[in-house]
Amino acid sequence: MSDERKSSPSPTLARRKKDELTAEERFFAASQWELMWRKFRKHKLALASGVVLIFLYAIAVTFEFWAPYGPISEQGLINMRPTRIHFRNEEGKFVGPFVYGIEQVVDMETFKRVPVEDKDVTYPIRFFVHAEPYKLWGLFETDRHFFGAGEGKVLLVGTDELGRDLFSRILAGSRISLSVGVVGVAISLVLGSFFGGIAGYYGSWADLIISRAIEFIGSIPNLPLWMLLASIIPLDWPVVRVYFMTTIIISLLTWVGLARVVRSLLLQLRTMDYVKAAQLAGASDMRLIIDHLLPGMLSYLIVQVTIAIPNTILAETALSFLGLGMRPPAVSWGVLLRAAQNVQNIVLRPWMLAPAIVVIVTIFVFNFVGDGLRDAADPYK
Amino acid sequence: MTNERPSGHEQQKPLLEITNLKKYFPIEKGLLRRVVGYVRAVDDVSLSVYRGKTMGLVGESGSGKTTLAHCVLRAYDLTEGEIIFRPGDQEYRLNELEAKELRQVRPHMQMIFQDPYSSLDPRKTVYDIVSEPLRLNGATRDAALDQRVRDLLEAVGLDYRHMKRYPHAFSGGQRQRVGIARALALNPALIVCDEPVSALDVSVQAQILNLLSDLQAQLNLTYLFIAHNLRVIQHICDDVAVMYVGKLMERARTDDLFRNPRHPYTEALLSAIPIPDPDRPLPEQGLEGELPDPANPPPGCYFHPRCRYAQAICQVEAPPWLETEPQHFSRCHFARELPLQGSI
Repeated sequence: MSDERKSSPSPTLARRKKDELTAEERFFAASQWELMWRKFRKHKLALASGVVLIFLYAIAVTFEFWAPYGPISEQGLINMRPTRIHFRNEEGKFVGPFVYGIEQVVDMETFKRVPVEDKDVTYPIRFFVHAEPYKLWGLFETDRHFFGAGEGKVLLVGTDELGRDLFSRILAGSRISLSVGVVGVAISLVLGSFFGGIAGYYGSWADLIISRAIEFIGSIPNLPLWMLLASIIPLDWPVVRVYFMTTIIISLLTWVGLARVVRSLLLQLRTMDYVKAAQLAGASDMRLIIDHLLPGMLSYLIVQVTIAIPNTILAETALSFLGLGMRPPAVSWGVLLRAAQNVQNIVLRPWMLAPAIVVIVTIFVFNFVGDGLRDAADPYK
Repeated sequence: MTNERPSGHEQQKPLLEITNLKKYFPIEKGLLRRVVGYVRAVDDVSLSVYRGKTMGLVGESGSGKTTLAHCVLRAYDLTEGEIIFRPGDQEYRLNELEAKELRQVRPHMQMIFQDPYSSLDPRKTVYDIVSEPLRLNGATRDAALDQRVRDLLEAVGLDYRHMKRYPHAFSGGQRQRVGIARALALNPALIVCDEPVSALDVSVQAQILNLLSDLQAQLNLTYLFIAHNLRVIQHICDDVAVMYVGKLMERARTDDLFRNPRHPYTEALLSAIPIPDPDRPLPEQGLEGELPDPANPPPGCYFHPRCRYAQAICQVEAPPWLETEPQHFSRCHFARELPLQGSI
């Protein structure tokens, strides 16, 4: 070995060797989360989905800024198809993005409203424009929007039957739809950890009773029960109360999945020799839970939560679609999709289905991230 | 049951004294969990372990040796019997202790586990693992604790500079050393070794066994050593107890047992030890058949269905615990007369 070092041809080789050594040492001293991150990073699709997910939630939190219009302000153009955005003027010269003035004319033969572009009026699309005022998080009053066309109408995915901008409404709906997932799963997690924890940790008859209860709840068909429970919500309740009621109703059925996971993880961890060793050294139940059982479960729980969130989002969408969850004037993706109950809309105004695409993308993204996390959750295998 | 308190050994009282220990697991059936029978995992075992000595427990898997160890550590409650434990000057009746008192006794007895992978929490550094027993018993994270962890790691032959590493950085043998350091942390009087080398490579086994012997000499440790490998037992144990379906079959000094076994089961076990010599013929009398179901053991001597010397009486009458020579006990009707072959 010493010979090798002496005859080492260049100092760079020696340095590289040293780098490798420290890299190895870093790996040996890498905690569970570092190892998980290393593994997750290799899953490119999950990584990209994670970025998209952060982006989606960032928009949901601040949609007022990104949306060109308010979610309930009417634009005067009813059931409009998406606006065409032009880059070249009549002479074919590039002038940047703009829209023409637009008017709806009733075609006297078909009695349909037909949009007609007025090529004499152009409205350039600008960024960070002043438009409809709003109050972000009920705190900051401003009228800045990410983009807009001044007096012109830029309707990226068209309007609904009241002339409201669908793009703005989809962004607005993300706040309820995406947060229902998180809040609902948080409630499920509390319920699931509590009951699953008791069943898994104490075992015997507590486990017997809770396991049977879980099986019973799991055997109830979800949708009918949700519908039954949701139909109890009074029609005159304010949006916020309906929101929380809907979330609680959804989590009442979804917690069992998490409880099962917590229970089986605990049963498995309790048999590990290192738990026994801690017990033999005099650890109390509390210490065992805090030092060994919770840290042992955490990564798996994060995976389960990531997988449970899209299901909750779908549940909210389904309930709202059926008119039993959120209802107007609240805006959620399920509420927006009620337009798709109308066959005319599907045939003549396919842009009304845009919210479905957003839902699908969200679910996919969540599942990819969940996949990546699941692979990374146990870096010791 | 014949009293087996040895005379020659020491005048002092044994560190661990097990008397008529029984551990039955109920077999439950149906929705109401009706008890339909019992698995007699440990059935009337008496055993004494002396300070500074190593008592080996050997038997096939399912013979109840691990259950016995767990009863000693009170990981299980006993069905019947008495365990007296005398660390220092005190005397504890382990079978009578409540959870709270038990927590005070536990630091005096620690365990080395079989599986070096499941015995170390992968989420903790070696430092955290080795210092955990100390921290659980009042130590704080300070320079003194650091020094103690260093000493422990050096005592088991590990580089203390690696104490910030996680277990995934270590090989099986090194992990087992970490486990040994953890078991030593509290200066226990008794260490229960549950097959500590059976999961390791043969080349590493000897290193770990030598380490255990050295530590025993340095620290005057007492081991209750469970193994199914007789060569390992021969290497490290002063006394051996052979278990079969929850009962002791034979108990003797290690040399005695290997040279002059007094039970056909022991003979069969000894003959099954592989000898690394290709010219030697394979042993002729291997053990045939299966270990009987401990919920439903055969009548008479439990070993008679597999015993090549079995007579009519063996099927009917349970054999007594005979002292064939001083310090040598066997549970066989013909313990004194059978011409049994030993092994060196």
